[in-house]
Amino acid sequence: MTDTPSLAVTVLGHDRPGIIAEVTGALADLGGNLEDSSMTLLRGHFAWTLIVSGPSLEQVRERLASLAEDDLVVTVLVVPEDNAVAAPSDTRYLLSVHGGDRPGIVSTITGVVAAAGGNIVDLTTRLSKDLYVVVAEIVLPNTVEIGELERELTAAAGAVGVGVTLRPEDTDLL
Amino acid sequence: MNSLLPDLPELHNGRVRDVVRAPDRVLSTPCPEVDPTEPSIMSLAADLLATMAVSPGCVGLAANQIGVSARVFCLDVTTHPKTHTHHGRFVLVNPVLVEATRKDRAREGCMSVPDFTGDVRRASRVVMSGLLPGTGEEVTITTDAFEARAVQHELDHLDGLLFLDRVVGAHAIHPRQTYL
Ligand SMILES: [Zn+2]
Repeated sequence: MTDTPSLAVTVLGHDRPGIIAEVTGALADLGGNLEDSSMTLLRGHFAWTLIVSGPSLEQVRERLASLAEDDLVVTVLVVPEDNAVAAPSDTRYLLSVHGGDRPGIVSTITGVVAAAGGNIVDLTTRLSKDLYVVVAEIVLPNTVEIGELERELTAAAGAVGVGVTLRPEDTDLL
Repeated sequence: MNSLLPDLPELHNGRVRDVVRAPDRVLSTPCPEVDPTEPSIMSLAADLLATMAVSPGCVGLAANQIGVSARVFCLDVTTHPKTHTHHGRFVLVNPVLVEATRKDRAREGCMSVPDFTGDVRRASRVVMSGLLPGTGEEVTITTDAFEARAVQHELDHLDGLLFLDRVVGAHAIHPRQTYL
């Protein structure tokens, strides 16, 4: 282990074969460890966020700059040491929203979650024809009254013409 | 095989109906209980069977999927590869889930949500009761595997819920490449 802080790297661009191999190859050359990462493809657009430890910010920026020249947008940031971690007493919930597409669905629903002190830790939105779907994983402080939050969500969702369900995340420990 | 459904002539003359798609509100509205002996419920049952029969890959259909808010669904998982126990082709009116145990996860699709599939956890052993159309006879179905999943999916429809309301996480909804 080194004392250098972990780095958050984002890689964006139109998808093509080889992006992951090039980025991980470059990081391996620098002796970097790939920690958490998440990649997705949205309508042919490639988006990848990864946490790397080992090399310095300057080394990674310089090494990945050549990739960025071609067709990719690369950013590298230092991950703060004191990044917030959910308290053990917090509970994870799943929020599903679906209905007719219109502006403001995500901001309306997430606004209610934020006002209750909830934190969104994972979010996917999907649009197909007129159907808009949102699934969010949220962490709620145990002080939140779930019935009350459900009523607020239902009212807010109704105002933008969508339906909402909130339920505890199902975790099996095997 | 047709172990449950009464062989009534009224159930053979169904009309093929259009399948309603999300975000139609009828799919998000809980359906009311109905009288299984009413002629209109007999013809609804027949329409569900006729519509399921002409829809490739369709193993079940709830009444609100053809635009009728009533607690009625049809099912036929006979030929599905994941089926273990099954009860042939049947229609249930006012179904009630009596018992549900042993959860497992699988990917589901729905004719009313043709562009997505989703990973959903459901009980793999269930007991469900309900009434048969026409006679109103009460039946209890004890089943497992794919038929258990399918009856819970249909019961959700009658409660105004889609598989989108049951997915296991933010990465559990997938675009559907081809729709059978
Ligand atoms: Zn369905």
